[in-house]
Amino acid sequence: MALTLYPSEFRIERDQERCIACQVCVRQCANDCHIYDAEDDSVSTDESRCVGCHRCATLCPTGAITIRETSMHFRTNANWSARALKDVYKQAETGGVLLTGMGCDRPYPTYFDRILLNASQVTNPSIDPLREPMELRTFLGSKPDRIELDYSGGDIRLATNLGPQLVLETPILFSAMSYGSISYNACWALARAAKAAGTFYNTGEGGLHSDFYEYGENTIAQVASGRFGVHADYLDVAAALEIKIGQGAKPGIGGHLPGEKVSEQISQTRMIPVGTDALSPAPHHDIYSIEDLRQLIFALKEATRYSKPVGVKIAAVHNVAPIASGIVRAGADIVAIDGLRGGTGAAPTIIRDNVGIPIELAIAAVDNRLRDEGIRHRASVIAAGGFRNSADIIKAIALGADAVYVATGALVAMGCHLCQKCYTGKCNWGIATQDPYLTKRLNPNIAERRLTNLLRGWSLEIKEMLGGMGINAIESLRGNREHLRGVGMTEGELKILGIKSAGEAW
Amino acid sequence: MSEFYEKDISGCGIIGIMNERGLDISGEWVMSAIASMRERGNGLGGGFAAYGIYPEYRDYYAFHVMFDDHRAKEETEALLETRCLIGKDEPIPTRPDRNIANPPLLWRYFLKPSEEYINGTSEADFMVNLVMDINARIPGSFVASSGKNMGVFKGVGYPEDIGNFFRLDEYKGYIWTAHGRFPTNSQGWWGGAHPFSLLDWTVVHNGEISSYGINKRYLEHFGYRCTLFTDTEVMAYLFDLLIRKHQLPLELAAKVLSAPFWDEIGRMEQRQQQFFNTLRIVYGSALVNGPFAVVVGHTNGMVGLNDRVKLRPLIAARDGDMLYIASEDSAIREICPHPEKVWMPRAGEPVVGILKSSVPEESRMWKGGSLPRQHWFGQSYR
Repeated sequence: MALTLYPSEFRIERDQERCIACQVCVRQCANDCHIYDAEDDSVSTDESRCVGCHRCATLCPTGAITIRETSMHFRTNANWSARALKDVYKQAETGGVLLTGMGCDRPYPTYFDRILLNASQVTNPSIDPLREPMELRTFLGSKPDRIELDYSGGDIRLATNLGPQLVLETPILFSAMSYGSISYNACWALARAAKAAGTFYNTGEGGLHSDFYEYGENTIAQVASGRFGVHADYLDVAAALEIKIGQGAKPGIGGHLPGEKVSEQISQTRMIPVGTDALSPAPHHDIYSIEDLRQLIFALKEATRYSKPVGVKIAAVHNVAPIASGIVRAGADIVAIDGLRGGTGAAPTIIRDNVGIPIELAIAAVDNRLRDEGIRHRASVIAAGGFRNSADIIKAIALGADAVYVATGALVAMGCHLCQKCYTGKCNWGIATQDPYLTKRLNPNIAERRLTNLLRGWSLEIKEMLGGMGINAIESLRGNREHLRGVGMTEGELKILGIKSAGEAW
Repeated sequence: MSEFYEKDISGCGIIGIMNERGLDISGEWVMSAIASMRERGNGLGGGFAAYGIYPEYRDYYAFHVMFDDHRAKEETEALLETRCLIGKDEPIPTRPDRNIANPPLLWRYFLKPSEEYINGTSEADFMVNLVMDINARIPGSFVASSGKNMGVFKGVGYPEDIGNFFRLDEYKGYIWTAHGRFPTNSQGWWGGAHPFSLLDWTVVHNGEISSYGINKRYLEHFGYRCTLFTDTEVMAYLFDLLIRKHQLPLELAAKVLSAPFWDEIGRMEQRQQQFFNTLRIVYGSALVNGPFAVVVGHTNGMVGLNDRVKLRPLIAARDGDMLYIASEDSAIREICPHPEKVWMPRAGEPVVGILKSSVPEESRMWKGGSLPRQHWFGQSYR
């Protein structure tokens, strides 16, 4: 192959005065950007392979390395951006589908940044979470719309038998990331952090390593179109099940774990031969319509003796509200909606960046629809896709979500620098890789601590914001859009979100 | 307005007095008590609810209706005539009061639903729908109260002036509640004053509900239309939903609105724990968050309730058959200087007054010592 026509995406600058040729960068870079010359006792760079993960720059003991983006090397053109040109060059060279990892990075409006929260002044005292109780406990599962009491026998007894519920101490769950797409240590850290924080993590579609069965009470086990690792023990050990129909990063298409990543351990967990590609079909081949989904929901409920909630995860697409309504009517206890900015371990860039709708609009539309149809109580709604901080989360809840799934944020907490190269299997941070040389970089103890820190920090912030609004239980904010105001939005957007413009009073 | 409702926030003084034996109390007492809390209002709203005032029409739904003009009255009456039998209709008696300006047309109707129109729904649901239809669909008409043998008298002004205007000194009832309002963004609308009422539920409310947005959407799920821009409306509908429709005992309904904390539930014994867990899980959207103190009246009694962290004042007292619930001790002592028992109800602990006998056939007067003294301020209601 001839020289590529596009320049390196990054420029690695090495300050030779600082460099002591210790070779940390050489050892750390799985992309072989740093080359040690023993004769010279010096380190040189090949920046054409740099992905901008900043592992070398972060670990360099003398701070000798700086990574810069080099995107401005093309002549400025409003239509043909550097990215557009590079994509064409790449495809002309390879003839393939361009792949990427993580969530959509295009500048579509992030509605969270156009929504502002309320706070109390004078007429309503704000509540100080350091002095007063502030409750974030959240229950996910189907609920009756009223309670039935039994008065026979003198005292009042409960005649309502509540269906199975997941109890969360904070309305944040770790979203689906499969063992395979991420490493054993990363899975382990997520499971431990979920347990420590009183919440749940999601296995993704890669099955559950038997080592992690002990975290079953904090595990949501996914059943996806490939059915990898789905067996009786897997269903039994989890606290809840989730049928994965779609994913925000790649609505309408399936998944692909390359055979190179299918190690012995992953082969056992996924129940496929070592080294074979794990292909998840785009649709479930036993679900071609809503009534088929109903059958799978109840097959899973039967298999687990109605002991745990069964959810369905879909990507936020144009028709998301009626689809969600159908899912609830099909018997799902939880509907998870993954928005445009939801992450992935591998997806075609063109799909990731162009298919689906922002999660904010999807939450509002789904919540409205379920309420209009009088079935909102029959299922909980989990929103997923691009929550960057506690404010995004609290806004999602006020729009109508019961809880949120967080994956990208969790990966970042573990060290991910969002280089979007998860699909290469060369994650220098030891997260999205199965290479033992790389995976051992992620210390599960430290990763667990960082994840629980994140959940703690966000939960504290949510409590502060709730208290400011004069609310001391999260359920009083759920779907309470009176506490949101929009800035810089069109009438249409405000209407769909069901919120007023900033400046409008009650 | 349906989606982008307005909400009126206010601080207030409230009081409820009740004779649990069902003896009649003159309206003067409650007027005197609420007048002593004049500082808590700003003259932009005052009102009263009275139970047992229409014994001769006790089988009829008493509709107190406010009309902006005769067109609204005609339209409403046309609707009433198609759906109901009208036992009697008359203007609500008033006397001129120099502090009361621009009252709407005030009319009362004693109604029974016409049989052929009920069509399967319960009589109560039928009446609720009628009220909702009038309030939501006929501009310039507002049903202030719609219960049997009770009524709401309210308007823009200080409560004692409103009481004088409505000649409440001439009424006798076994429960009286009253409200003096301090709205922060009043539209000066008579319908916006408290008590708010639906069927025989009346609510006087001091507070601002931070959970309003979700409470309102939750109620819409059950067919309630919140048209009134006040938190209090939400309170009344929640009581109606929980007690009349879902048939929760009053104490449990109170535990829905002011739910115990998870920690508290965690300390309960097993069976209770399950009970209260379920109650909170099912009725999470009915939890009323934010500061409030309410006195809720209904045919069979009266309840005082605070929010779950007691962010608004509420005090209660008992003296013989009498139960008093008020924002301030002083208001109670104004009409009962030495009650047998005075206490501060805890956050979320309802104070419940229950009518021990049905209202006596021949109503008897409560002999409550001397009549209240006249106030030092302004015009007297006598």
